[in-house]
This record gives sequence, structure tokens and C-alpha cells, in this order.
Amino acid sequence: MTPAATEAVFQLRDVSKVYRSGDGVEVHALRGVNLDLYRGELVVLLGPSGSGKSTLLNILGGLDTPTSGQVIYLDHNLTEASDRDLTRFRREHVGFVFQFYNLIPSLTALENVQLVTEIAERPMDARELLGMVGLQDRLNNFPGQLSGGEQQRVAIARAVAKRPDVLLCDEPTGALDVVTGRVVLDVLAKVNRELGTTTAVITHNAAIAGMADRVVRISSGQIAEIHRNEKRVSPAELEW
Amino acid sequence: MVKARTKMLFRDLAHLRGQVLAVTIVVACGVASFVSMRATYWSLLLTQAAYYSEYRFADVFANVKRAPDPLADEIRQIPGVAAVRTRVVRDVTLDVPGLEEPAIGRLVSIPERRTPMLNDLFLRGGRWVEPGRSDEVLASEAFATANHLKPGDALSAILNGRWVRLRIVGIALSPEYIYEIRGGGSIFPDSRRFGVLWISREVIGAAFQMEGAFNDVSLTLARGAREADVIARLDRILDRYGGLGAYGREDQISHRFISDEIKQNRVSSIYTPAIFLAVSAFLIHIVLSRLVALQRPHVALLKAFGYSNGMVGLHYMKMALLAVSGGTLLGTALGIWLGHVFAAVYQDFYRFPLLRFEWRVDVIGLGVAISLASAAVGAWVAVRSAIALPPAEAMRAEPPANFRPGILERLGIGAFFSSSFRMILRNVERQPWRSALTVLGLALAVGILVIGRYFFDAMDFMMELQFEIAQREDVMVAFREPLTSQAAYDVARLEGVMLSEPYREAPARLRAGHRSKRIGILGLDPGGELRRLIDQSLEAVPLSPDGLVLTEALADHLGVKPGSRIRVEILEGERAIRDVVVADVVDEILGFSAYMRRDALNRLLGESGATSGAYLAVDSLAAPALYARLKRTPAVSGVAIREATLRSFDEIVAQSLKISTNVLIFFACAIAFGVVYNSARVALSERGKELASLRILGFTRREIGVLLLGEQALLTLAAIPVGLAIGHATCALLTNLMQTELYRMPLVMTGRTYVFATLVVTAAAVVSGLAVARRLAHLDLIEVLKTRE
Repeated sequence: MTPAATEAVFQLRDVSKVYRSGDGVEVHALRGVNLDLYRGELVVLLGPSGSGKSTLLNILGGLDTPTSGQVIYLDHNLTEASDRDLTRFRREHVGFVFQFYNLIPSLTALENVQLVTEIAERPMDARELLGMVGLQDRLNNFPGQLSGGEQQRVAIARAVAKRPDVLLCDEPTGALDVVTGRVVLDVLAKVNRELGTTTAVITHNAAIAGMADRVVRISSGQIAEIHRNEKRVSPAELEW
Repeated sequence: MVKARTKMLFRDLAHLRGQVLAVTIVVACGVASFVSMRATYWSLLLTQAAYYSEYRFADVFANVKRAPDPLADEIRQIPGVAAVRTRVVRDVTLDVPGLEEPAIGRLVSIPERRTPMLNDLFLRGGRWVEPGRSDEVLASEAFATANHLKPGDALSAILNGRWVRLRIVGIALSPEYIYEIRGGGSIFPDSRRFGVLWISREVIGAAFQMEGAFNDVSLTLARGAREADVIARLDRILDRYGGLGAYGREDQISHRFISDEIKQNRVSSIYTPAIFLAVSAFLIHIVLSRLVALQRPHVALLKAFGYSNGMVGLHYMKMALLAVSGGTLLGTALGIWLGHVFAAVYQDFYRFPLLRFEWRVDVIGLGVAISLASAAVGAWVAVRSAIALPPAEAMRAEPPANFRPGILERLGIGAFFSSSFRMILRNVERQPWRSALTVLGLALAVGILVIGRYFFDAMDFMMELQFEIAQREDVMVAFREPLTSQAAYDVARLEGVMLSEPYREAPARLRAGHRSKRIGILGLDPGGELRRLIDQSLEAVPLSPDGLVLTEALADHLGVKPGSRIRVEILEGERAIRDVVVADVVDEILGFSAYMRRDALNRLLGESGATSGAYLAVDSLAAPALYARLKRTPAVSGVAIREATLRSFDEIVAQSLKISTNVLIFFACAIAFGVVYNSARVALSERGKELASLRILGFTRREIGVLLLGEQALLTLAAIPVGLAIGHATCALLTNLMQTELYRMPLVMTGRTYVFATLVVTAAAVVSGLAVARRLAHLDLIEVLKTRE
């Protein structure tokens, strides 16, 4: 797939975000960011902690709105969307994968996925998805009975079950060891490849960059560099 | 300087203010009910005791037809008798200004010169009667107040067939009439139509040809005397003069009512606060357990710094005690205020010279102690877990919750329910104790309401049964002396009387083995329309041609069954003694009664066709004229009007029931609020991250609200039938406990009561749930991306 040829799913124009801390000091988390995300691509947003990458993800995911600038998702302008509109946006278009999985402890792996398919308009089959992430034998296990890597794979299945237009992953391997982390990234790459879901992975781990179509480096709230990989590396070959 | 620990304590409490407030309300209710009820109990008990001793309330009472004065000396000679007072007592018809229907006055003789005596009077206002003034009376305070009479006002009375004008010169109270009712089946005071008037012995003696004679005697017992022995001796002495049977304080109607009330107060001053303090212990338990779980790292840190287990435990124990201290203070103040309200309500029913609500240091101290104790009990599990936590383990996060397949899966029906519902159910199942206690707490709230409404239902039923089905007469007329049947026909011909049915009532003592009971046997004509015997299933019970029909309560008291023979000692006229068969037992509501056919009773009395009075059905248009006529009929000693009785019931009893029901509604709402609010807050704290994650995944606020409150809703739903059952069972128990000789509360519960209890508790639960749901708007979604449990 050649992402450059396809349409932009997200368009960020001059996006800034200013937080005001308790004693009135202004913190500029993002300063005039311009970025497009294209349909079907896998982007790694790379930056050290405090660089603003989490703020960028929050704005992309409809958890936050920018202080200035424009955020366009297809034909929706998210810049001044209400809480209700943002909820609907997340519900219909965004899949989230958290650093700490955030599964519902009282539901089994299968039920965690079904929880989302029950409110989605055209969901995928939960069992099939869990099979795709390699958990066909753990369907009825509760999160407390699963390893971290397994929990994260359930979380990925849960995130894509509603056929989101974009999958946002916040340090998906941050809490995992290398071996398990590779398995999880492999699942992400597979989902991106097979389902064609636009995927953004934010991480401070530069080693992950190799698996992306494009790598966006963020530093001090600004985009420092956008790099296109000539060839995506399989997660199995990544080293960190 | 304030220690850092202490600052932490207060900051934590400030942070938990919503939950502390819920605990405060519940504790305040518990302490308030304890302080008010307990202190009211003591106030009543001590006031009663002081009043009795200061005004020399008698121990034994007896009525007699007519006994010569010198007999008093013979009575004084009975071993064990300390003091004796003889009197003339008569019920007469009164014409009270401003009252259409006739009232009944009980004339009680007093000496012309005031001297200390048994059943002495407290003079509230005005003065004592003056010697030689034949028209002067003292009126009882309840009667004077109800009829707006004051010293200087006049009213008329029929004294032995003559109209006499009486002038009120004083307002008085007597330990004999603290609860001023006429007796003979009436349970509630009707102070407009019945009152006591004290009149000079000389005047009443002259009016009723009772000079040198008495018809009422009361006495006190010497220390160590046996009441039963004295009563037996007294009866023997009075027998010759038409004694109606002596009785002790236990059967003195006013004393009986107050003592029952005091006893009930004592019981409710224990169980009501107990419910609240148990609920508050539970609330402390869930709030503090959650806090300790959240503060595991703090606990570890403190221990790592060298704080001992004891100091850590004490920290949390202090927190529990501080959390209830506000409620304890508030409850004490509220209790003192409520105590004054109760005292004022009591003053409407019970006439003491002074019923002052006095707050007692020991009651308040005990209230504070048990509320602190309940906090300590509630805190114990959490405190122990904080103590037991090893520092190294405490540093680590709490292990993730372990869930198992729930009941739906075990039953194989899980697939029929949504994931949300399974989630709710598993949370309920995972903490069975907490869920069970939540259900129990809410069930108690439902139960309290059922009990509160039950009194309304039971009263309604009793009133309906008594006044719509059993007693259908508009007016009951009592003759001064038994008259021939002709008198009843004369009454029937009075203008406005549509139907008249005569009755005969005779005082008697029923004996079965060693058990006995003084009672008036009521003789009714068969096939009567106006007065029938009705059992609890609302069936009319026919009278057999001869033989007695006893109420179940009386049959139980005497230990007899249908077919048993009992000895009937008639206490008037020839004083016949006969063995009579118990023909039937009727399950009536109003305590002790004995019935016969009138002709059978006439035969027993050796008379033919005598009547004591008549039940009348009256044309309401002609009623005022009829009442005026009856007032002026010398042969009539009393007139009871159904309408008026019902009205006075509504005014007095319904009013006080309304107050207590409102208090109960408030109590129930406090419990429901406390339980639902705190459970939901703890659930929110435990599952906030989970819910925030779902918000990120696109769940609306309403959807996660359902997930959060579904658990509370499910528990509330489960609590309702449990609470209705608890309420029903408690009412059944109360029915038995509160059964007195005078009446028996029927176990009737209407659907309205159940609906009412369900609605109130549901509404309280919904409001508390919504108060917590509001907080879902402030869930920090971004924070949750970064934090780990």
C-alpha cells in the first residue's frame, strides 16, 4: 500500500495546547503542530517523556481539544466539539490501546471484547478477533488469570472489534518485557495489515520506529522530523 | 504543633466528606432516637413515680353500690392496708356550652376543706370549692382545655334527675386520670365529651341520697402487704353492699395505659437506635476498608519510617471515631429537641402537672459511648488489615481483583445476558458479605416504613371494623338504672330515632378454676342490626340461646374453650352465682368482652326484659333536636355518639401517628441514602479507572452510570422483598407484644403500605445514586491512560 496516494484521515493545522498549572504558570505542551495521518498507514510518534506526544494522542483520540488550531477528522471538525460529540467520535471511529491494558477485571477476555461489540454498529466477531491475536484458548479467562502480554492482546482485540477508522496505542509495550512486547507489536502490525486500520503508536522507544510506514519525531511540543521508512521491519526483528 | 499524622487524618476526612456526611446523618438518627426515646422513657417513668407518690395514688380500688361510712373503719382494719379514702362517684349527663351533643361528666367527691388525701388533686388554676357553695366544681384540665372552659364558666348537669347549673372554680389534675378515658371499651381520650368534675362530698351526697354512704373506695397498701390478700378481704367486706369487685393498679385504666406506654418506650428506645448504629457500623466498615486499600503505600511508608503497628491501627481507629463524632454531637442536640417534641405530644394524651423532658447526662453519655462503640466495631476489620499489612507487601500495589464465573455461568444461562449485566452481577457476587449487608441495610429501611404504615393500617382496620361493621349505631344511650323494656320502646318513639335496639349490661366476675376476671356481660337481642359480634375475618358470629360468648383474649385469660363451664358471679341485684357454659369464642379486636343473649342474661339475673340502654339509628337531620332531648332526659346517664368518637380519634390519634410516621420516613430515607451513597462512592473509587477506560472507548456517561449504579439498583431491588418480609414479620411480632387487655392490633397490611415503603426507599436510593453519578462527569480520562492500579 502506498499511503501517500490515499486520503488524509486526520489533518492537524497549527495545533497548540496550553495548560495552566495551579499557580498560573503556562505550559506549552504543543506549539503549532501540522500533521496528516493517511488511511491505512502505521505511524510511530516518537519522543521523550514531556515532549507533548501524549497531548497529541489525546487530541487525536478526542479526549482533549486544542487551545488553538484546527483538528479535522475526515469531514468532522473536532476543534470545538462538545463532550457529547467527542464521546460519539470515540465510540464510532477510535480504538484505544492503553499502556496498562485497562481491561475490566470482572469480565472474561471474550466478554471484554463483547462489551464493545454490544454497543458498536457493525462489530467484528469477538471470538474470531481473539483468535487473530492468538488467544483462542483463553476466551473464558479473566484478566487476573492472563499475563501482561495476553492482556494487551485482548485490549487490541477489544480496540479493533468495532472496526475503528483509527487505532491509537499509548506505549503499548511500555509495561512489557522485550519478548512479550514483540508479540504485541506483531499483533498490531497484523491488525494494521489485515484490517487496514490506520494505526498510531506513541512511544519513547526508538527501536519500535522500524515497524512504521512513517516516523514522527516530537520534541518540546513541536514536530522535529517526519521520516518515511523505505521498508517496514517485522516486529520480530526489532531489538531493544 | 499539630502532628503530620493528625493533619493527614483531617485531610483524609475532608476528602471523604460526602461519605462522612452520610455516616453523620445515620449516626445522628441513631443517637437522636436513643437520646430522645431513652430520656422520654426516663422522664415518663420518673414523672409518673413522683406524681404517684406526691399525690398519693392508691394501690387498690373498688366500686360498691352503697356502703355506709363506718365500713371505712372496717376496711382500715384489713391487715396490710395503710390508708383508705371513700368517695361518691357518679357519671352524669352534661350540657357543655358550645357542644351540641350531650357529654358525660364523672362527678368525684372531694372534702369541702382541702386536706391531704389519697388520689389527691393538683390545682392548676382557680381555687378549691368553698364550703356551702353547692354549685362549685373543679374541672379536669383535659376536659376544660378541650371545651375552652376556665374558672368562672358554667355548665349544666343532671344530678339524680334534676338539672343543676355547675360553676367551674378550679382546674385540677389527678394521678387517677393521667390518661382520661371513661373505660368500658374506649381506648382513646375524647376530652370534649368526657371529663372529670370534682364536687363537694356534701353536695353530691345530698344529690344522690348518699349522705353517710360511699360507692367508691381506694386504699394504699402497707409495706410488704400482699395485694391479692387485701383485695380478697376487701371484696368480702363489700359484698354485702353490692361490691363490684376490687382491683389493683394493674387494672386501673389510666395507670395501665401509661405503664404500657412506658414499657413500649423502653423497647423502642433499644431497637430503633440499634438499627441505626448497626447500619453506621457497616458504613464505616466499607468506607474505611476502601481507604486502607487505597492507602496501602502510605501504610507501608509509615511502617518503613518506624511507626508501630499500634500507631498505624490507632490512626485509622481515630478516623472512624472522628467520622462519627459529628453525627454524635448533632444527634445529641437533635435528640434533646425531639425529646421536647415527644414530651409535648405526650402532654396531649397524658395529663401530668408537669411533664418536663429532661436530658440526662447518663443517657447522653451512654448514647455517645454506643455510637463510638459502633464506629469501633465497624472500623475493626479495616484497622486489623492495616495492622497486619507487612511493610514490604504494602509497598506493592494491591493485587488485581480475582473474578470467577458467576452464578449465571454456573447455571449455564450467562449467554442470555449482556456483558454489562454480568459485570454488575459478578461485582455483587465477589463481595457477598458486603452485598448481603447492603441488602440488609436497605431492607431495614423498607421494614421501618412498613412498620410505620402498619399502625395506620391497623388503626384504620380497627376503626372500620368497630364503627362500620360491628357497632353500627349512631348513638348509644345508657340508662342510669336498669329499666323495663318499655323504656327502650319509649326511646324508640323519640323524634329522629329510626331504629332502637335495647341491651342489658351487668357487672360480673367470671371464674374458671383459680383464674378470674371482672367484666360487664353484654346482653344483646338476636338478629340485631346495630350491634353485632364480628370476628377478624369480618364474619358475624351468632349468639347461642343460652351460654356465654367470650372474646378469644378473655377465653385465653380464663383458660377456657367452647363447651367449658365457668362460674359467673353477678355483682348487682341479687348477686346470683351460676355456672354457665361457654357457647362460643369470638376473635374480636377489642380485648376482653363477654356476650350473652339479652333474654338469657335476664334469666341469669332473675328479671324479665330489663334493659341498661339502647343502640339507636338516627336520622341525621333530626339529630340536634334528639341530642337536646336526650340531654334533658333524667333517666339517661350517658350518650355516646359514633360520629363524635370518630372525629376525636382523627384529631388526636391520627395527628400523633402522622408525626411519628414522618419521623420514620425521615429515618428510612437517612438509612437508604447512607447505604446507597456510600456503597456507590466506594464502588466509584474501586472502579473509577475501569469506568474512565470505558468512557475513552466511547461509552457515554449514561452507560457507565448504569454500570456503576446497576449494582446498587440490583441490591435495592433485592432489598425490597426482604424488607417487606422483615416489616411484615416485625409487625406480626409487635401485634403479639403489644396485645393488651384493652385491644389487640390486627395483623392487616394493605397493598398501599407495601407500595409506599417500596417507593420511598426506591426514591431515596435513586436520589443518592444520582448524587454519586454526578461525579462521573469529573472522571479524569487522561489521567487513567497513565496510571496503573
